[in-house]
Amino acid sequence: MSDVRKHYIQILVENRFGVLSRVAGLFSARGFNIDSLSVAPGIDPSVSQMTIETQGDDHVMEQIIKQLNKLIDVIKVVDLTEFSFLCRETILIRVNTTTRPGDREEAFRIVEIFRSKIVDSSPTTYTIEVTGDEDKIEAILNFLKPLGIKDVIRSGKVAIAREDQRASGKSSKPAVDGELSYPRS
Amino acid sequence: MKMNGAEMLLESLKREKVSHIFGYPGGVVLPIFDALYKDPSLQVILTRHEQGAVHAAEGYARSTNTVGVVLVTSGPGATNTLTGLADANMDSIPLVVITGQVPTKMIGNDAFQEADIIGMSRSCTKHNFLVRKIADLPKIIKEAFYIARTGRPGPVLIDFPKDVILEKAEFHYPETVSIRSYNPTIQGNRWQIRKAAQAILKARKPVLYAGGGIISSGAHKELLELVNLANIPTTLTLMGLGAIPGDSPRFLGMLGMHGTYAANMAIHHADVLIAVGVRFDDRVTGKIAEFSPHSKVIHIDIDPTSIRKNFHVEVPIVGDAKTILKDLIEELREISGSEDAFRHFDPWVEQTHEWEKEHPLVYSFDKEVIKPQYVIEKIYQYTQGDCIVSTDVGQHQMWTAQFFKFISPNTWLTSGGLGTMGYGFPAAIGAQKAFPNKRVIAITGEGSFLMNVQELATVVSLDLPVKIVILNNQYLGMVRQWQEFFYGSRYSSSFIGQSPDFVKLAEAFGAAGLRATRPEQVEDVILDGFSRRGPVLMEFQVDPEENVFPMVPAGGSNIEMIFESPGEKDDPKKRDSILTA
Ligand SMILES: Cc1cc2nc3c(=O)[nH]c(=O)nc-3n(C[C@H](O)[C@H](O)[C@H](O)COP(=O)(O)OP(=O)(O)OC[C@H]3O[C@@H](n4cnc5c(N)ncnc54)[C@H](O)[C@@H]3O)c2cc1C
Ligand SMILES: Cc1ncc(C[n+]2csc(CCOP(=O)(O)OP(=O)(O)O)c2C)c(N)n1
Ligand SMILES: [Mg+2]
Repeated sequence: MSDVRKHYIQILVENRFGVLSRVAGLFSARGFNIDSLSVAPGIDPSVSQMTIETQGDDHVMEQIIKQLNKLIDVIKVVDLTEFSFLCRETILIRVNTTTRPGDREEAFRIVEIFRSKIVDSSPTTYTIEVTGDEDKIEAILNFLKPLGIKDVIRSGKVAIAREDQRASGKSSKPAVDGELSYPRS
Repeated sequence: MKMNGAEMLLESLKREKVSHIFGYPGGVVLPIFDALYKDPSLQVILTRHEQGAVHAAEGYARSTNTVGVVLVTSGPGATNTLTGLADANMDSIPLVVITGQVPTKMIGNDAFQEADIIGMSRSCTKHNFLVRKIADLPKIIKEAFYIARTGRPGPVLIDFPKDVILEKAEFHYPETVSIRSYNPTIQGNRWQIRKAAQAILKARKPVLYAGGGIISSGAHKELLELVNLANIPTTLTLMGLGAIPGDSPRFLGMLGMHGTYAANMAIHHADVLIAVGVRFDDRVTGKIAEFSPHSKVIHIDIDPTSIRKNFHVEVPIVGDAKTILKDLIEELREISGSEDAFRHFDPWVEQTHEWEKEHPLVYSFDKEVIKPQYVIEKIYQYTQGDCIVSTDVGQHQMWTAQFFKFISPNTWLTSGGLGTMGYGFPAAIGAQKAFPNKRVIAITGEGSFLMNVQELATVVSLDLPVKIVILNNQYLGMVRQWQEFFYGSRYSSSFIGQSPDFVKLAEAFGAAGLRATRPEQVEDVILDGFSRRGPVLMEFQVDPEENVFPMVPAGGSNIEMIFESPGEKDDPKKRDSILTA
């Protein structure tokens, strides 16, 4: 048994009624996890892009990829974890600025450090928009925690393979009939 | 020419060479049934329940290797198809099921007879479609048939709202179909095939384990050629029976939970396992960690998800069984030089024959009470296997699988994956519709038969000569067997002694009914029943406490087969060890 690891899967699907529920239904019916999910149309409006954050050992991941490919509306599946890739998430944080004296200035400083933005404010709160990888998001949340976080809304992760890999990158769509790296279970 | 949706549907079905539709009418599909009334080239088989229609279409599809077609109304008509859809999905049976739907504008409003059948059927179909515009219909039908029959076959549902059924448009049927996101692999990878051939030649104890994929692919000739050329002992799954003739010298019988001793032993001792069109189901493997523990596995399957789902595979080959087996045979011929190369499997073949002799399939004949296996044997002797046999689910199903020798593919209809009681009789109706002149026999239990008994009206009204054989053991026998072995013989809700008088029941529907209560009557009833021309129900009152053997207790290792009831053992320790397996 290999280790359970986090994976980012990029899925290209037909931009059609009901496709999201097919994908989501597949995960729930087969007992796979979805940690985060984001969907939007691609440059070609007939296609939608999904990024799914999931986890599993090699055996589970092999099944997830194959089962996704088996859905008729799925055009292409790429497990980005096999590549070097970029992953980002946007979150909106509403934070108290009046819990302790000086908190409003403190919040402002944190926003500066993380090169994030205040997108809304009230006399007692700021709403902060921040985009970044997992570490950055976690770090800003830690910095803001002492001020009192009222609410957090996360976009779910989006990911893309780095350009130099793309050209030679293999898609996971072809049937696995060649040599495979998955070990004997 | 402009047509409405109903006419377009029929025209499209004809382009797909459909001749039979199994169905049941209702509100929103009335325009379609009206169009059918005017068009005699499509024959409607009116069943008496929508579940019956789907199983009948499954029987039609399996016996002909074509797509079965079903037409039902919205709401309850549609929901009644769900069990059949799930059954077809599990057993890879190609169907196109058309359900009526409430008018597009009313969808989601809890309209009269509305059901979200697209949502409900998503996980038990290969794919489904909602027809939103009439112009899309021909393309949807073309794609639905293509998806249903290609790759790993399966059921496809088309939900057809009433307003679209009535809408008019020009009819253009697409000549070809291409779906960018769906391209099943047919050809096997040459390099992998070579590796497989080399592994087979290097083997000392190879076993072929083949199943339903051979039937779907039509690969039975190639399989038999491979068996004979390469001199390899062969076992079949429940779904694969008939893939090679049941009387072939290298056929070991079925494997798995109720498989033969020889098949399970051969699998256990094999050094190379050639798995073709099978999915390593848990009824087959038993305790997975102890299944075929010494073998290198070659797995040929058209569905990549079947490969390595439950079991390790060293040489995966994705593609169509028929195509790949042809290539594999060619490769084996080439690298082996001569057929003598396979003679070194002789001692191994001999060993499998030893196992066959050690524990053949047996039962003890009784002069006083009819043994169910005896009835199956007599039917086999009478028909010589020249017939189509369907079963329901339970002990009678296993006895048929064990004691009937299936000579050719597509003559064996059974519900394997879902194990749907109520499947067998309607499935026989579908097969009889496809082959009006062939003998079609539904072997069933008194429990299962009642689950779709209403179809007696269908066979009588269509004068279909289906022969129904009920092995009446007064129990939900398979349940009783488990209760006897694993629940201290506490027969909770499994005794159903109070069955109807089946002979009178048949007569009430207008069919003939016969009954045997003693062993010496069995042959007479078979002779009499099978020589009559219309539908005949034959009830055999059999030993209520007969069990299916061998048996691998669920989750046990396949070589820990039991051959008699644990209760018959004096040794309590042995019994406990079975109970805790
Ligand atoms: C009461 C009961 C007891 C049972 N006991 C047993 C038992 O003892 N032994 C037993 O064997 N079964 C038993 N079964 C049946 C079991 O549950 C499974 O249904 C059966 O074993 C599956 O058969 P299969 O592996 O041939 O796969 P199927 O379900 O027939 O699947 C076919 C496989 O072939 C592939 N395929 C399809 N088309 C092609 C093609 N063109 N080319 C290549 N591959 C293709 C598919 O992708 C799939 O993997 C029992 C069932 C019941 C109800
Ligand atoms: C629809 C459905 N419900 C329940 C079961 C569980 N089940 C499996 S076999 C069986 C008994 C079948 O009894 P019968 O048809 O009399 O056959 P027998 O085993 O006695 O030959 C039952 C209840 C099932 N397979 N299908
Ligand atoms: Mg019974």
